[in-house]
Parts: sequence; C-alpha cells; structure tokens
Amino acid sequence: MSDFFEKSDLSRKEAESIISDTLQKCDDGELYLENSKSESILLDDNKIKNSSYNSDLGFGFRAISDEVVAYSHSNEISKNSLKQSSENLKSTLKSVKGTYNHEIPKSNKKYYDNINPIEQKFLNEKIKILNDVNDYLRSKGDKVKQVTANFLGEQKSIEIIRSGGETLSDVRPLVRFNVSVMVEKDGRKETGVYGVGGRQSYDSYLKDENWKSVCDEALRIASVNLESKPAPAGEMKVVLGPGWPAILIHEAVGHGLEGDFNRKKTSAFHNLMGQKVASEGVTIIDDGTIDKRRGSLTIDDEGTPTEKTVLIENGILKNFMQDRLNARLMKTKSTGSGRRENYRHIVLPRMRNTMMLSGKQTQEEMIKAVDKGIFAVSFGGGQVDITSGKFVFNCTEAYEIVNGKIGSPIKGATLIGDGPSILKEVSMVGNDMMMDPGIGTCGKAGQGVPVGVAQPSILINKMTVGGTKL
Amino acid sequence: MVKDQEFLEKKASYCLGLAKKLGATDSSVIVDNSVSETVNFRNKKLDESNRSDDLGISITTYIGKKKSSISSSNLLDDNLNILIEKCVETTKNTPEDEFNSLPDQDLLAKEVKDLDLYDDTHIENDQKIDYLKKLELAASNDKKIVNTESSFTQRKTNFVLANSEGFCSGYKTSSFTASSVTVAKDEKSMERDYEYSSKCFLKDLDDANELGNASAIQTIRKLSPKKIGSEKIPIIFDKRIAKGILSTFASAISSSAISRGTSFLKDKVSQKIFSDKINVFDKPDLLKGLGSRNFDIEGVKTDTLKLVDQGVLKHYLVDTYNGKKLNLKSNGRCGGTSNLYFENGNISFKDLLNLNSKSLYITETIGHGSNIVTGDYSVGATGFFVENGEFKYPINEITIAGNFKDIFQNITLANDLEFKYATNSPTMLIEGMVVAGK
Repeated sequence: MSDFFEKSDLSRKEAESIISDTLQKCDDGELYLENSKSESILLDDNKIKNSSYNSDLGFGFRAISDEVVAYSHSNEISKNSLKQSSENLKSTLKSVKGTYNHEIPKSNKKYYDNINPIEQKFLNEKIKILNDVNDYLRSKGDKVKQVTANFLGEQKSIEIIRSGGETLSDVRPLVRFNVSVMVEKDGRKETGVYGVGGRQSYDSYLKDENWKSVCDEALRIASVNLESKPAPAGEMKVVLGPGWPAILIHEAVGHGLEGDFNRKKTSAFHNLMGQKVASEGVTIIDDGTIDKRRGSLTIDDEGTPTEKTVLIENGILKNFMQDRLNARLMKTKSTGSGRRENYRHIVLPRMRNTMMLSGKQTQEEMIKAVDKGIFAVSFGGGQVDITSGKFVFNCTEAYEIVNGKIGSPIKGATLIGDGPSILKEVSMVGNDMMMDPGIGTCGKAGQGVPVGVAQPSILINKMTVGGTKL
Repeated sequence: MVKDQEFLEKKASYCLGLAKKLGATDSSVIVDNSVSETVNFRNKKLDESNRSDDLGISITTYIGKKKSSISSSNLLDDNLNILIEKCVETTKNTPEDEFNSLPDQDLLAKEVKDLDLYDDTHIENDQKIDYLKKLELAASNDKKIVNTESSFTQRKTNFVLANSEGFCSGYKTSSFTASSVTVAKDEKSMERDYEYSSKCFLKDLDDANELGNASAIQTIRKLSPKKIGSEKIPIIFDKRIAKGILSTFASAISSSAISRGTSFLKDKVSQKIFSDKINVFDKPDLLKGLGSRNFDIEGVKTDTLKLVDQGVLKHYLVDTYNGKKLNLKSNGRCGGTSNLYFENGNISFKDLLNLNSKSLYITETIGHGSNIVTGDYSVGATGFFVENGEFKYPINEITIAGNFKDIFQNITLANDLEFKYATNSPTMLIEGMVVAGK
C-alpha cells in the first residue's frame, strides 16, 4: 500500500485536520488519494512498437452541501496545495449548514488480491509472448496481413480520508491482453478483435499457451467477415448470443438506471419504479462482488463496499444504482456504485458487472423461431441517449437467419432500439448465461471505467438493423 | 496560475541531462501544466464547481534504434530519477526498430509565431455564475423545457517540448467554453439537445442568451418524433455532424493507418476520392484557431496543406516514424490535424435543402460505426424529415449506412462554413445512403 504522506511536507494529522475543518458543516465529502502505475506494451506490424510506463499520483478533495458539489484536484500532495484546495471548496460553498453523514457500511470481503501485475512478469517474457502471438498468427496462412497485440497492466492504490479521520483503502490490480488481426482475400480486407482481462495477474490468461485461444478467436472473426454480405436494412427479429452482446443491456437499460439521471428526471426510466419494464423472466442485476472480474470492486470510490444490486426482477423495475450523493437526495442508500476514472474526476453512479440471468430456453429454439432476422454474436461499442432512450450497438460478427436456419455472415451493421421498450420485446431467455471475456470500458461524462457484462442468448421480437440492403 | 516557461524548461532539461547520463543516445520530453476552473449549473442553481491543476511529464529515450517511454504526474526530482532510470533500463530490453528516431533536424520548427492563442483574462467564478444564470433563464423560457444544465470552463495551459538535438520550445494557450444542455417534454416524448461555444479569447464567446435560446429551440423541435420506413433518400448533415466525416477522412489518411495497410485510402494519393468541387485544407496558423499550433508533438514545423484539391487526394498526414517507413518526410502531423476544414461549396444552406424534393436533415448520430479498414459506415441517427425545403417533422430510431468510398464521391457542400471547432465543415448533402427504419 502507498503511504501518501511519506515524502510530503504534509503529515497525516495535518491533512485530517484540514479535511475535518473544511467539511464540518457539509453534508458529505472526503479527500481521495490515488497512486497508480500502469504499463502498455504493444506489438504492431511485426515489431514491438511501444513499451511505456506511467506513474500517476494525486488527490481530489470534495465537499458536498445539499445538491452542490465542490471539487478540487492536484498532483502535488503538499500542505500548500491541500490548503489551496480547501479554500476553493469553501469559496464555492459560502454558507453551509448541513450535518456530516459519518455513516459508511463496513465489510471484510475482498474480491481480488493485493498484487502488482506489472512487477510479476519480466518485460522480456511479455515481449516474447507478443512475438509468439505474431508468429503464431502469421503462420496461419498468407491471408494474415496485419497483427496487433498488446498488454495493459495496472495497479491502483487508493485511500479515502473522511471528516473525523476515518480512513478506507483499496489496492486494485487490472490486466488486459488484446489481439487484433487483419486478413485479406481477393483485395478485400477485414479485421477481427478479441481480448481477455480482469483483476488478477497476466499469468491467469497466459499460462499453458492460453493466449492461442485468444488469437484463434480474433482470426476466426476476421475470416468470417471476409465472407460477409451486405446487411439487411429495417425492422426484424434479432437473436443475440451469450456473453459480450450483453452490452445491449448496458446501453439499453443500464445507463438509464443510474441514480443521477433519475434524480434529475432526465432518464426515460425516472417514473417507472415498481412498474413492468421487461418481459416476464427477465432479471437484471449489477454486481460488484464477482471474484477477480474487470468490473468488480472491493469498495467503490467513496469507500462503500460494493454489492449485488437487483435492477429488474422478473420484468419489474426494483432499484437504481446509487452513489452517496444521489442516494441521500433520493432518500435511499448507496449501492456501492460511486465510481470515478481517477482523482481528476468527481464521483458518479456507474455500472460494475451488469448481467441478465439465465432463463430456460435454448439458443436452437430461438433460431428456429425466426423466419427472417439476424443472429448477432459479437459487438464493437455501443451508445445511448438516456433522455430519448434510443440506443445503438455495432455488430462485429453477425449472420442472417432465414426460415429458422443460420445463413451467411453479414457485414458490420448498427442495431438501434428503444431502451424502455426493448426488454418487453424479449420473447425468449436462454439457459446459457456467460460473462464477457473482460474487456469492457464504459464512458460517461468524459470518464472511462472498467466494467463487465453478462447475459444468456436472447430473442428480441423487433429491432432495427442498420444495413444497406433494402 | 499556470506554471511559467522557466519552470517547465528547467524540468525538461533536467530530464534530458539525466537520460543522457544514464546511457540514452537520444531523448525527448514534454512537460505540461493545465489549470482549469469549471462551474456547472442545473435548473438555475449552482450544481458543481471544479478546479483542476494538472502537471504532466512524458519522456522518450532512445538507445540507437531502441525506444521506450514513461509518463508521470509526479514531477519531484526523486520520482523523476526512478522513472528515467526505469525508462532507460526498459529501452535496453526493448527490441530494435530501424525506423525509430528523433525528427530530422532540418524539419524542426525554427520560429514560434504568435498565433493569438492565449488570453490572460481571468474570469472569476461569480462572473461565470452570472453568465450561466442568464443562459439558463433564456434556456428555460418555454414551459416545455423541464431541465436545464449548463457549464462554464476557463482553461489555461502551458507546455515545453525539448529534445536532445537542442530543440526547446513551448507556449501558453487558453480556452473559454460555455455549454447548455436542455431537456424538453410533451405527452409523447422526452428529448435532449445542446448548444456550445468555445473560444481562445473570453470576449469572443457567444452571448449567454443566444446560447440558451439556441439550445432550447433545438430541443423543443425534436419533440414527438416519428420513425420512418427503410429507403434510399438524400441525407443532409448539420455542420456539427458533417465535421465527423472529415475526422474519419483524417484517420484514414494518417500515415500509421497507411503504413500498416489498414485504411481504405491506402495508395490513393493522386487519385480522385471526392467529387470535383471538393477541397480540403489543414491550416495550422489560423489566428485564434482552436486547432492552431506552431509545430506538432515531435517539434516538426507545420505548414498549411491542401489535402484534397478538386477531389484529388494530395497528402497523407505524416509523422517521423511512419514517414521513414513510407519513405516520406514528416509534414508535422504527429498527433493529427490542426484546423481541418472543407472549403465552402457554392450554394446557400436554403438552396441545399431545396436540391431534392425530399431529404433527411440529421442533427445527431450515435454509435461508433465507422470502419476505416473497409470504409463501411453505419450509425444511429436523429433529425428531421425535409420536404420542398421545409422541416416537416422530427424523426428518430433510424440508422443511416453506406461506404465512405461512395459517400465521398456524392457530397455537395453549402457555403456556410464557420470555425466553431478545430475540425469544421459546411452543411453537407450526401446522396445514395440507405436509411433503415420501420
């Protein structure tokens, strides 16, 4: 763990006294300290293109009075700097008369080990694996024209000091391994991308040449796309495969169920609590407690232990995701969903691992039930307008379905739907729930945080497919 | 206050000196500082204030043709010592790449022109609050507006770029940004839209009333949208969307995509990729330009480039590394374009709307549907159905799709270019795209 005051002219005691003085009549707030180390090693175009290391240190000081948030951050952990921040906060919140909420739940559970993945493997070993990846993929035939592979590793240590001196801390490892391959046949080029990751050491993904399966998957997707035909345009039935396609859940309903948008009544879901928002059999949770997953957290960035939050139970809207600010203003409790990209940013209610639970049907039954539609297996990114509720995501591997049978692969197309109504169009829920491989980053208000998703195969009665074939 | 040149130069030269002492044959360093102060309003009340003071350093060391880099926000000397030692050590263990090198000496910027990029004015939070009060008052005038959010940011930055060949230069820049986001509601729908203004100089910022008004009008007209059927129909991109087509074009002609062979515009220099009337410029020396600069992030001087001349592609965007690979000289585009824009077309906005009896006017796209390997494009869209030059009704939950190779050949531009962003386009008509709806 980092000792943030070791090399500073500011002692822990002095910091505690500035914090308590600044926050005394505020409703909430804290000093958030962060020390992160990260590395990126990239192989591209047959060469190690980049090996870089970043070390980032800083604090963010937050004071909240009623609905108003004052925030100030700096890289310099010093007496002057903290005092300057304290002055900034006080000048925003001129007349405060709140009562500081000292209550913060406690838990002894931990969802990952206190390790630094960067130091656990020598640079040379990582470079060797990337070169092996390149050789392996290029040995698969002439059609492989470009290979990109990279390691991203990180260790982030955080400490939260609250008014009165209460201290909470966490050390978070995170790794990611990605492979992208471009293939060419008869002048046509296509790419396939695959990756894995989580809050553990690289070894969990790389021992016993596990990396080969990541390469195989990237190459398989690229090869499928070489044969793809133009996608159809218009409304039709859509079968989604299990796992990563759950970014549909993330975009369509996840964002709309974040506390801030509902407190401000700008989410299409704000007046639907307790109402039916999905077909029977659809249950969606947001879970920060799954061992070593990319979206898991032992405590959130306000110090609240994370939990398994039921968002939609058997079709009925049950809960929003809350940080402390929005929970207080909506008279409920934090769900441990307060997150920030780093000390430069304010806390927002965010998703962790968002999952639709398994139902009873099989994927075969779903395909058989479709006369004309598409079967979407893998996706790139997605996006949502939470106010109108419209959301999109981009297929990176999809097939047409004709008369209950899977047909030709189709070109990448955008799918568009309406968040509040799409889950009512789910007519079958599969028995094959799967987590994504650990690659998701969610963006909101300019902040990216690692997240996970999971779902079984599902059949959606009606969605608009944005192809070019009329 | 943002750190002065002297402080940044001292840090930079300390790093270059240490890297050399530890065995680096070449090195380069960027030290930067940015201080920004933001006030956010919501429903006519203060919502958030935010002050950031960010220091950063990034160092690249070379040993012959080996290269590695580090970056940090902790500029204390003992931390820099540890990091530079680590960087040189990593460099030794990184395989050689024959194309790694600092830029050629003769391409480095020799002079730094004053491009009017820094306004020393400081706007106090109380003044920002006054501006936002006025803005939200205007924005919430119509009772269909149910939520207003607005924001005012002042940002000052300073940087120094130095390398072991003796290059050492940097300068201050400033920006003042105001934005308004409004939500409107009727029985059938709830919609959101925005307006925004960003300038180097405070006095050039849009009027608060105008900004609030524009945001409200653009939001209210989106209420009660319809979904239309799937068909091939002319598409008109509002300026704020049209600039995205240029951004995709810029990524497709970046020398990294070209040298890796992952762009649909590879080997297209000297070929006609747009229709005859299209000219594209990248102009770095625009006074007060949001993308203006004297040199790129490697220190290479940047001159104005006519990237597309009467539809013909003339240049890629070249940096040192990929330039050496492609046997081209860097044209100072490491890190991308500066002020990139389509030259005005020769018809008015009104005439553009009237070119076809029916068309779709798109004000927002969502999704990341641009594939620069294949040129395929497919995104979600929101906008208006236009008939005989008139906006008839709002539309949403549709997608538009095509391929950039065709899209580029079928662009007609209006003559309403303005420099609101770093990348700018006049209003754009594209024929031949497919809309998917009902």
